[in-house]
Amino acid sequence: MVGLLLGAAACASDDDGGDSTDAAACGSKIAFFGALTGGNAQLGINIRDGAKLAVDQYNKANADCKVELVEKDSAGDPAQASGLATSVVQDAKILGVVGPAFSGESKVANPIMSKEGVVIITPSATNPALADQGDKTFHRALGNDASQGPGLALYMKDVMKVQKTFVVDDASEYGKGLADQVKKTLGSVVTANAVVKEQQTDFGALVTQINSSGADSIFWGGYYREAAPFLKQYRDAGGKAKFVAGDGVKDQAFVDGAGAANAEGAILTCPCVPPEKAGGTFAADYKAAVGRDAGTYSAEAFDAANILLAGIKAGNSTREKLETFVDGYTGQGVTTSFKFQENGEIDPSAVAIWAYKVAGGKIVADQEAPKS
Amino acid sequence: MNFEFLGDNFMSLTVTGLTQGAIYALVALGYTLVYGVLRLINFAHSEVFMIGTFVTTIVWAGLGFGVGASAPGTFGVLGLIALAVVAAGAASGGTALIVERVAYRPLRKRNAPSLIFLISAIGASVALFELVGAITDRQPRGMPSLVQPKVQFTIFGADVTNLQIGIILSALAMLAGLDIFINRTRLGRGVRAVAQNPDVAALMGVNKDRVIMLIFVLGGMMAGAASVLYDVKVGITTYSVGFLIGIKAFTAAVLGGIGNLRGALLGGLLLGVVENYGAGVFGNEWMDVVAFVMLVVVLLFRPTGLLGESLGRARA
Repeated sequence: MVGLLLGAAACASDDDGGDSTDAAACGSKIAFFGALTGGNAQLGINIRDGAKLAVDQYNKANADCKVELVEKDSAGDPAQASGLATSVVQDAKILGVVGPAFSGESKVANPIMSKEGVVIITPSATNPALADQGDKTFHRALGNDASQGPGLALYMKDVMKVQKTFVVDDASEYGKGLADQVKKTLGSVVTANAVVKEQQTDFGALVTQINSSGADSIFWGGYYREAAPFLKQYRDAGGKAKFVAGDGVKDQAFVDGAGAANAEGAILTCPCVPPEKAGGTFAADYKAAVGRDAGTYSAEAFDAANILLAGIKAGNSTREKLETFVDGYTGQGVTTSFKFQENGEIDPSAVAIWAYKVAGGKIVADQEAPKS
Repeated sequence: MNFEFLGDNFMSLTVTGLTQGAIYALVALGYTLVYGVLRLINFAHSEVFMIGTFVTTIVWAGLGFGVGASAPGTFGVLGLIALAVVAAGAASGGTALIVERVAYRPLRKRNAPSLIFLISAIGASVALFELVGAITDRQPRGMPSLVQPKVQFTIFGADVTNLQIGIILSALAMLAGLDIFINRTRLGRGVRAVAQNPDVAALMGVNKDRVIMLIFVLGGMMAGAASVLYDVKVGITTYSVGFLIGIKAFTAAVLGGIGNLRGALLGGLLLGVVENYGAGVFGNEWMDVVAFVMLVVVLLFRPTGLLGESLGRARA
């Protein structure tokens, strides 16, 4: 009787012991870090849904060893980022992060998370300086502004053949970074520039300034929240210059806000592959799971989450092991083939910049921007 | 600094500045009326304006004029705008009334110190702001371009469009109407009496609570009308739209002399124009610096604002 009990107990403890590595990696968490609320929340929601799709697919395939996705809503506010990063660090089950979504919050959050070894793969923060902060666990699943800027400017110069460009930025980490890149590449084609403020909705003086400058094109370094009312007021005042902006404006909310007729022909670039051109069945899966078409960065977020999940599946149950795994990772995602450089940047050969065009009230892929 | 640009585009900047200033002035009335009577800064007024911008889009969308719809004929547009003014005026006036009933009246009944009113005002503002933010998913909401701006005439090289004329004239008309109401009618006399001396007014048979409700509703209706003009002009709104407009309108009220209706008009127009000049000369990012430096300078020399603060006393 006693022997039987002992045997059973030994058996049970054996089971636990045998599964220990898997059991530890099972129940691990990865976190989404980005804006789910606030004026620029749509990008964050796109990313969250992409990452969620990856996790859901993983959990379906590995029903006995699930991974949890934790949502950390930053509202896109750098002031909230440090508190949020600390909460990520303190949850020992969180091994990696998909995000932070924006460059401003990344600047604050990355050092905090990196110090404690949390693996960071951002699917969208494109400020080049983020790779130079010395955050060892930082990775970027797409090209940075430095790669988007020149490609974007080359598109303006070679494809659109602009003569006089008016450059506007919003003084944000992202907007100014991109505007500086464009100014550098376009050189003397840039006739004037101006700075707008966050949440500005009245652009009377700026519109007058642009109209009197005789520019044939406007580059907007900023986000859609300010770009939409600006473009409407500019077109209402009879402005005809072509409108070009980066990925921060590339959202349906921009077209709806500015009005489809006003936004018609606007060029929006992005170091992101058009979701409908993403590999495999991603576009269809996303639509089936989320109920709408994949948006900007959904596919990158899907890839970023999958890299983390591949590491967890391989039994990397600690942040340290997962970091080593991601550093050495090579593989094909739905957007591109992944391989990270020493500083966390994606290999330059994998970076693709795409130009999109607003046509008939929708943002459609135009062509890949020239690389040189 | 770019004075050449200012010189070349002086009239154009003046016109766009006046247009924006007219909207500031209408919103400023809400601050000024409430302050004039209660000596209270109603911080929730920016949200009263914001509710109006949303009700306008809801009414238009409900009638089939959602994002991307093409504008109907001239009379259709005028009808839509008139309808929106009624709906937004009612919604904003109603919101202002609810704020007064929920956030201010209970405090007044208990003779709370004025600091408590301020906290209550901020609380009401944040609550409304977050409520609308949550309902709208914090997404901006677009609306159709109802008025296609057409240049009507040119003064000193500045094109003046029908939209700009419409906004400035409607704002002036509403201000004139309110001014007449306060200065010429029986109800208006009650408002002035309470503003001058609430206790004596009460002794003379003026119903103080009714007067207070009246000024909140009036201020709210003006903000509602302003929100329609704003929607027609800007064409997009978000839950956070009231913040900047609210601060600017409050500034306009103080600049002209808070508690003074004509001061609100003067302050609004002046603020709109000066910040536009400032943006022209120093660059767009200096717009608010110029606006607030002007406020400080004016207050240094005239602490009660340009026209003095007086809803009760002066006839101005």
